[in-house]
Amino acid sequence: MPQSSPASDLSSIVEIRNVSFGYDPARPVLRDISLAIPRGSVVGIMGQSGCGKTTTLRVIMGAYRPSAGSASVLGHDVATLDGDGLYAMRRKMGMLFQFGALFTDLSVFENVAFPLREHLDLPEELVQDLVMMKLHAVGLRGAAHLMPTELSGGMARRVALARSIALDPQLMLYDEPFTGLDPISFGVIVRLIRELNDSLGATSVIVTHDVQEALDVVDYVYFMADGKVIAKGSPDEIRGSAEPFVNQFVNGKIEGPVPFHYPAPAYGADLELAAS
Amino acid sequence: MLIGTLRARLERLGGTVTSSIWRLGFASRFLFYLAVHSGTALRRFRLTIAQIYFAGVLSLVIILVSGLFVGMVLALQGYETLQRFGASESLGVLVALSLVRELGPVVAGLLFASRAGSAITAEIGLMKATEQISAMEMMAVDPIARVVAPRFWGGVISMPLLAALFSAAGIFGGYLVGVQLIGVDPGAFWSQMQAAVDWNHDIMNGVIKSVVFGVAVTWIAVFEGYDAPPTAEGVSRATTRTVVTSSLAILALDFVLTALMFTGGNH
Repeated sequence: MPQSSPASDLSSIVEIRNVSFGYDPARPVLRDISLAIPRGSVVGIMGQSGCGKTTTLRVIMGAYRPSAGSASVLGHDVATLDGDGLYAMRRKMGMLFQFGALFTDLSVFENVAFPLREHLDLPEELVQDLVMMKLHAVGLRGAAHLMPTELSGGMARRVALARSIALDPQLMLYDEPFTGLDPISFGVIVRLIRELNDSLGATSVIVTHDVQEALDVVDYVYFMADGKVIAKGSPDEIRGSAEPFVNQFVNGKIEGPVPFHYPAPAYGADLELAAS
Repeated sequence: MLIGTLRARLERLGGTVTSSIWRLGFASRFLFYLAVHSGTALRRFRLTIAQIYFAGVLSLVIILVSGLFVGMVLALQGYETLQRFGASESLGVLVALSLVRELGPVVAGLLFASRAGSAITAEIGLMKATEQISAMEMMAVDPIARVVAPRFWGGVISMPLLAALFSAAGIFGGYLVGVQLIGVDPGAFWSQMQAAVDWNHDIMNGVIKSVVFGVAVTWIAVFEGYDAPPTAEGVSRATTRTVVTSSLAILALDFVLTALMFTGGNH
């Protein structure tokens, strides 16, 4: 495993220490994971579907409380926060959901204005200006009047991004931001994640299984498998990792520690070859 | 073998009863939480007005047309019976009392459950399935206060108004058939109705019924939507459950309320 690590850095905006979590204690989804997200960085949490990376994101959001260990986010121990404390913390966070999660009954403009209207008592002219600035940042100022159903997948993702940065968050969370995007939209989202992170002075966490693409945008990577962090390091260290699972995953090999076949009884038994 | 089967059936029955009680408890806690977090819906009343439009105004056509036909059928059937006893001039009373006491609240409630209740469940369920509810939580906005409470109060306010309009349309339908078509004396039709229908005993009891049905249907609709598994099948099942449970709840509550309101009196 690579040796470079930002863990336990005092400037970490998220610090997860020895966290375990599971709906059923007998089958934990997260097993004793530790990770640190340095302020100002773009960090990727990568791995196969079902490896626990989205659960880790939900622990950071405060949606799940760890059954063991501690999760410190923006200086708060998320396990001790009550409902109001959690909401106060989330006002400093933004999240881009896998398919955008735009409010389908509101226009693009109203979607971006939603957090401003809910949390700030601003004059309408100022809301107008702020929304247009956020939409301009994602290149969709001209689409302000459209409804979400009139947008392509990539445009919807960009509007959702504008909405998630409406309150200038300190921490941005991305849940599979590249899923189902065409190459152009994909490139736009990759560029926006980096640009917005740097221009807002924010910190970003990207949860994804699109490894090759994500390695181009992140500063640091945590690689997860079976609820554990099995590798971490810079994108170059991950690309050159000798860890068999990481190697198979990054290079998209069919053969490796992850078998092609889901566990099953002997093939002959299923075909009833013995009976014939 | 027999004991084993019996035991398995008993366990299944026990499991069903336990989960039903658990679900009822969850729904009650949900209603309590909803009531406590209704501040936003009442303070920002335009959110509730938008829901009155969706649940109430958009249900107007089906309510008015149904009311008209129910009133017309009541007049036909009522005249058929009343004229045998030489009491055809009491047709107005029969139509009005049937509508304001029973058919107005009950049929409007059943129509409201199938038109507005199912729409509320499907909308909230789909918002959950498409992560709109999660997105709201991540924006530090309480979805029960912002999404559920306005829909609940919108439904509760709309239902008595729809029931009243149903009754009004029904009485007009009764007038069209009874007076215009059959030829009952219009003076007798209206004056007997005016004399026999009591404000407190008939109209207010009808209004109370429609308020109770409005609370029951909208509570069931918002709870089923919020509790729906976030899948196409989950939302579809929840929508069906809203219509079935609401309809049964309306009929059962109607029996209880009628028993409480109209027994012992001779109005």
